[in-house]
Amino acid sequence: MQTDLSVVNVIKKFQDFTAVDSVSFDVEKGRFFSILGPSGCGKTTLLRMISGFFEPTGGTIEIKGKNMAGIPPNKRPVNLIFQNLALFPMMNVGQNIAFGLERQNEKRSVIKRKTGKMLERVGLPGFENKKVDQLSGGQKQRVAIARSLILDPTVLLLDEPLGALDLKLREQMKIELKTLQTQVGTTFVYITHDQSEALVMSDHVAVMNEGKFEQVDTPRNLYAKPLTPFVARFVGENNQWSAKITGIEDTQDERVAMIKTPEGNVFKTIFRENLNTGDDIDLFLRPESLLLEPDPSIETLNRFNIIVKSILFDGANSRILALLPESDREIQISLPQTRQFDHIQPGDKIESGWSPESGITFPREKVVP
Amino acid sequence: MKSGIRWGLVIFITPVLVWLTVLILLPQVDMFIMSIRAENELGEMGFSLANFKLFFLEPIYWRTFARTAIFSILVTFLTFLITMPIAFYITKVVSPKFQGFLSVLILMPFWVSELVRVYGWMILLRESGVINHFLIKFGLLNKPIEMLYNDATMITGLVYTSMLFMLVPLLSVLESLDNSLIEAAYDLGGSVWSIAVRIVIPHCLPGIVSGSIVVFMLTLGNYLTPNLMGGKNGLWFTEQIYNQFIASFNWNQGSAFGFLLLILSSAIIWLGLKLTKQRLGKVVQ
Amino acid sequence: MIRNIPQTKAYSQGFRLYIILYFIFLFAPLAVTCVLAFNDSMFPSLPWKGFTLEWFTGHTLERTGIFNDQINLDSIWVSFKVAFFVSLLSTFVGTMGAFLFEQEDFPFKNLLFFLMLAPLVIPGVILGISILLFSNTLGLFFETHFGLDVGLFRPGFWLVVLGQFSFITTIVTLIVSARLKKFDHTLEEAAMNLGATRYETIVHITLKFLRPAILGAMAVSFLMSFENFNTTLFLVGSQATLPINLYLQVRDGSTPVINAISVLMIGGTSLLALANLYFSKQER
Repeated sequence: MQTDLSVVNVIKKFQDFTAVDSVSFDVEKGRFFSILGPSGCGKTTLLRMISGFFEPTGGTIEIKGKNMAGIPPNKRPVNLIFQNLALFPMMNVGQNIAFGLERQNEKRSVIKRKTGKMLERVGLPGFENKKVDQLSGGQKQRVAIARSLILDPTVLLLDEPLGALDLKLREQMKIELKTLQTQVGTTFVYITHDQSEALVMSDHVAVMNEGKFEQVDTPRNLYAKPLTPFVARFVGENNQWSAKITGIEDTQDERVAMIKTPEGNVFKTIFRENLNTGDDIDLFLRPESLLLEPDPSIETLNRFNIIVKSILFDGANSRILALLPESDREIQISLPQTRQFDHIQPGDKIESGWSPESGITFPREKVVP
Repeated sequence: MKSGIRWGLVIFITPVLVWLTVLILLPQVDMFIMSIRAENELGEMGFSLANFKLFFLEPIYWRTFARTAIFSILVTFLTFLITMPIAFYITKVVSPKFQGFLSVLILMPFWVSELVRVYGWMILLRESGVINHFLIKFGLLNKPIEMLYNDATMITGLVYTSMLFMLVPLLSVLESLDNSLIEAAYDLGGSVWSIAVRIVIPHCLPGIVSGSIVVFMLTLGNYLTPNLMGGKNGLWFTEQIYNQFIASFNWNQGSAFGFLLLILSSAIIWLGLKLTKQRLGKVVQ
Repeated sequence: MIRNIPQTKAYSQGFRLYIILYFIFLFAPLAVTCVLAFNDSMFPSLPWKGFTLEWFTGHTLERTGIFNDQINLDSIWVSFKVAFFVSLLSTFVGTMGAFLFEQEDFPFKNLLFFLMLAPLVIPGVILGISILLFSNTLGLFFETHFGLDVGLFRPGFWLVVLGQFSFITTIVTLIVSARLKKFDHTLEEAAMNLGATRYETIVHITLKFLRPAILGAMAVSFLMSFENFNTTLFLVGSQATLPINLYLQVRDGSTPVINAISVLMIGGTSLLALANLYFSKQER
């Protein structure tokens, strides 16, 4: 597989502040690669370095094996979709899309044909003479992408382009964007702070925090096997629980720890980190890996009692907010809308359980005062 | 609120109506009436187009008129060429730290009276002026030359006087240009030239037009700068008007000239608006 | 290109050079004027013959400094008086105009709006002569019909005030309107909802909001009036304003007294400009 984009130890400093701190990654041809992180984590800076608007302080950026150092944005085989799309309001849709080709002194007839074709491809045939402000949010999106794709870039960079859309449209555009990317086969590098965008569309996702990559992985692994507490907290929802290891069992292919929480619950969980008996750990449990009123016949489950505090109804995403008995530790548990749990009321004392495979453990983070 | 007299409206509209009627509308009408009256053979005043006829018959009049118009257009264009990069630099290039300071500094000289500024140019450029002094001191000249009183210095003076009125609208319109448009054009392969022509200028058009209108109008109606810096044989049309009024005391002829200047300024502004597809009401804001 | 795009050295250096040249072009005439006001010479020109304040304070026959030059002092005083009345009048009417065009609706509003903008398109010289003509017509009318000789209709102080007022009011209207446009009308509605009358609302809410713009417009109109030449030229009577007076002196030759006056004007207007800037900063 050919590598389209290769970033090696790239650093960007603004005076004393390090925005991007030796980041390295490769993106293979035709992949949808996302960089996910909270605002201010350095992802936009990284993107601007790839597109050529910033020179890195250190490290190299290669596109199709060619070092990009010193090459200005207008000479790079990458194009950027801006956060606000930056469609040119002084031109109509056709002129917007033709802008890049005109800069290459392409023949008028060729430009016209290519523009028409590109508009068809993004589902806006015959939109050439529309004004930019006549377009809906989703249509603007497509024009912005068409404007870049017509130049046939090696890599298309996207800077949170869905941020300005409303929720329904965003959901729809996620799927559209993924479909479009598969269709054209161009390599996409997409940055976002919205984990759902990253997880739905990407082949690989890099989670970025404070200028560094925490983990680069497939969406599934990111969710199931986060490598750092930050990833566990940032990707998907998690209940965080502190505990102490009281014993370790090694079986054939996994290590199982016996742990005890401050509330006195004793659980079994598998773990990957290098931990020993007596270590303090953080345990992360996803709301959907906690079962309500589990069948007593499943022996391997960790079981504990909870008191229902309130029910947070949100359709398929409904939760129970519960407390441990005689404690103020809150726990969120998924409430499947299968009618099976309709009888649960606030104040009820019920049983919950989870399987040792779904526990995610890390050594206790040192609390920064 | 619906019934009776709307007192708010009455209070607001009265002074405005008085101002516009008494000081703007009626004087212009009066000037027009004056311009179409002249003495006949018997020495009686009556309706006549003689004043306008004289304008077309005397080459010195219509030549000065044409010269004033063409030079005013030239001055407007030069003012735009000179100030556009300055406005761009202040709004888009210089680091934000210096932005406020530079924009204050650049507008400062224009608060000073036009007369003082023209006077400054005179003591710089004249035969015994500062520039001649330095040129001789450094051996670039052996005897002083008169740099004042020609068309080039007059144009310099007019451009200098007008720059403020171009800078202010350009600064505000460039301020509203989203940087990401420039970045996007650059990213799509645009060069400095194509970005200027396709993105920056079209975006700035309303500001350019409003600046140009004001500069053109002020240049056309300027008396001071052409009078003090221009050559003796290169008259400005306002000087002709002044001569008719003050020197010849021929108010009817002067009115005709004034009316012609008004028509010229309105016509060129109207043409400018038509060509750039802008509207006056919008441009002013 | 722009500040956050890496740019070639030639581009940024070239640009900087252009800016420097522009600033020299901008300030050279003013700097030279100021410096030569302090030159110990009979003419405002080089060479430098030593520093003197005589062009400000001198009182010999040969060198009468500005502080002892009665004619010039008189014209400064006239200009002050004119500017005072013009700024008061035009600020008042201009503010009314802003309210009228921003808040009221009436038939032919557009037409009146364009008439309000007209002084921007009419050259100042034309404004001057047309007002001169019209006042003359009115004067004749009063004389023949009522046998009255109204001084107001002859070139002189009040005609200058009216002439300058006629176009400066447009500028004030535009400045105040721009601010009024940003005014959130729900504030007025809230005030009225809390029991204020329309009059009280305007005084307590709207005018408070507009105050920086009105003060700024007043400063601008004062400066514009103080410096006006083109319109004033035709309306001036026996009391010359400073620009007219200076013009006559510059035309017939020059002494460093003119430089001294220029220094005072540059200083004074800079102060007023800074004050204006301060107010417009407050506005934000």
